[in-house]
Amino acid sequence: MRVSVTKRALMPLAAAAIVTALAGCGSQISDPASANSTASGGSSCVDTSGSSVKVGFINSLSGTMAISEKTVFDSLSLAAEEINAAGGVMGKQLQVVSEDGASEPTKFAERAGKLIQQDCTAAVFGGWTSSSRKAMLPVFEANDALLFYPVQYEGLEASKNIFYTGATTNQQIIPALDYLAEQGTKSIYLVGSDYVFPRTANKIIQAYAAAHGMKVLGEDYAPLGSTEFSTIVNKVRDSKADAVFNTLNGDSNVAFFRQYKSVGLSAESMPVVSVSIAEEEVPGVGLDNVKGQLTAWDYYQTLDTPANKKFVAAFKAKFGADRVTSDPMEAAYTSLYLWKAMVEKAGSFEVDKVQAAAGGVSFEAPEGTVTVDGENNHITKTPRIGKINSEGLIDTVWSSPKAVEPDPFLASYDWAKDLAK
Amino acid sequence: MELLIGQMFAGLSLGSVLLLAALGLSLTFGQMGVINMAHGEFMMAGAYTAFVVQRTISDAGASLLVSIPVGFLVGGLLGLVLEAVLLRRMYHRPLDTLLVTFGVALILQQAARDIFGAPSVDVRAPAWLQGNIELLGAPIPLTRLFILLLSLVCLAGLALILKATPLGRRIRAVVLNRDLAETSGISTRRTDQLTFFIGSGLAGVAGVAVTLIGSTSPYLGTNYIVDAFLVVVAGGVGQIKGAVIAAFALGVLQSVFEFSTTASIGKVLILVLIVVFLQLRPQGIFSLKTRSLA
Repeated sequence: MRVSVTKRALMPLAAAAIVTALAGCGSQISDPASANSTASGGSSCVDTSGSSVKVGFINSLSGTMAISEKTVFDSLSLAAEEINAAGGVMGKQLQVVSEDGASEPTKFAERAGKLIQQDCTAAVFGGWTSSSRKAMLPVFEANDALLFYPVQYEGLEASKNIFYTGATTNQQIIPALDYLAEQGTKSIYLVGSDYVFPRTANKIIQAYAAAHGMKVLGEDYAPLGSTEFSTIVNKVRDSKADAVFNTLNGDSNVAFFRQYKSVGLSAESMPVVSVSIAEEEVPGVGLDNVKGQLTAWDYYQTLDTPANKKFVAAFKAKFGADRVTSDPMEAAYTSLYLWKAMVEKAGSFEVDKVQAAAGGVSFEAPEGTVTVDGENNHITKTPRIGKINSEGLIDTVWSSPKAVEPDPFLASYDWAKDLAK
Repeated sequence: MELLIGQMFAGLSLGSVLLLAALGLSLTFGQMGVINMAHGEFMMAGAYTAFVVQRTISDAGASLLVSIPVGFLVGGLLGLVLEAVLLRRMYHRPLDTLLVTFGVALILQQAARDIFGAPSVDVRAPAWLQGNIELLGAPIPLTRLFILLLSLVCLAGLALILKATPLGRRIRAVVLNRDLAETSGISTRRTDQLTFFIGSGLAGVAGVAVTLIGSTSPYLGTNYIVDAFLVVVAGGVGQIKGAVIAAFALGVLQSVFEFSTTASIGKVLILVLIVVFLQLRPQGIFSLKTRSLA
């Protein structure tokens, strides 16, 4: 009997191991180059002879990232539809080939290879997590193809084959810190999910704080998907910091904000600045829990620009009045128009000509005018601090006086010298 | 001092969440030997029950109180169906139940995504559970206190059923010796069904409870299933009291580790501790003594 009890006892642990292994698959990056062993370095097979040209969308339409990436897919679809209705790109209608990245970096690499080699798309749009971008990067470089990546990220990267239309750190995190410093914040507490982006972001924040006389009273990471924040909120509360800088991802935000509120902390007593809560996430986190808290982005649905009014109206008309628009969606929408402008400036769909023409291309985006930096393939953006209002939308409370040049390696900041290494 | 009390309560509170998640499992896994990987998804069903009930009854307070029994029913009925359709064909084949129920778990997750959408939904906490009470300066969140009480009520209820009712006697008889129980005229079929109903129902209640602290999403179950199994295994398979001790011990230790290191390291330390513990005592805190020859 003793033996049998032991056996029974070990089985769920085996089960636990299976589950963990399955979950782990999502974060493992196998050699993506193997997914594109054929035709690498060969000449492009893009067919521009007919009346249409193919473009690829690669987003996670299944798996844990689907919640976020589906919205990007929707907004890319809207842009493609608008461009086609207005006559296409250089007279050619866009024919969209969509692939599901399924929230797995390896899948992203494999599907990107397919979009480039089998579907012969002229450019590919999408990706969300940094691990999916890192997995696709060698595929695009080996095939000399183009990826437009629409999400804010941790910086420290510039590939000639990737155009980054989301914010890099000096267009989101550093302005948020500037804002906090301006508000008289002397001490902060860092809370993040335990993976690449928050850890890199917090390194930058630590360096910034050290150089600007701001105290970092604590730095805590919760495992991705964690719902247990009692200890972290106790530590945060006990630290009596002036503000909290939140780089938690996904559902952990719900648990964090609920438990934050339940120990009596609030936007008034200790504001939280979040870099991954946009309009789309507010209902899931619960408006009651985040009302009045701060966010750092470059775009909000409430922005009062003619291009944004048109974008929001068109999006709601196509997908429903209850849908909201957010920063990554806007960046994705913008990315397709930027590619169109680059192609038209180059007068060609060929990758090297588009790359050569990219610098200085600009577009009247919903967030304001954006211009491509030919050096690092990022774009200028206007950082904005927002406050979540009682309708679950975000009001701009502070905006950078002018668009900020992208600086992915933070080369222009003295205090960041050691970070880029 | 304030922090110490806050942290002690955090540990107890985490323990009570673990206990709620593991209580049903200690019944279905411990007493029946079924490795139910869909237990977490029964919790998720309970959580979405709370969401649906709140949509129907807009008052958050009333809806929470209604959700608890309804969540129990929903979880229990899902369990009954799973037992009747699949599991009863595979008693004595625990590894098969592992794979089958893992498949069922994936199906239930996808079903939740299709019905409610992939984004998490918001279940509001009632006004009387918002905020906290102060205990020597330390804030004790009311939602946490509620979950602690709920877990104790569930525990007492389960203990009462097992100790003092004819059904409880039958369950214990079947656990001790299935064949002998059957020869003495106990319908093991019916007993199995009822045990599974209660165990799964408790998962439903746990699901309603965790809507108060975390997010209600299709993936809710996967956050709890591994911890729930850890509690049952560390406590000693088939031992409710073992599960209680293990849940609170793990909760308090996790809070202590997390406080002195980080959440990720804390989790690693807990797992290391459990592995070492099971090396020394593979049968868990308590071992089941039966006369069964199996």
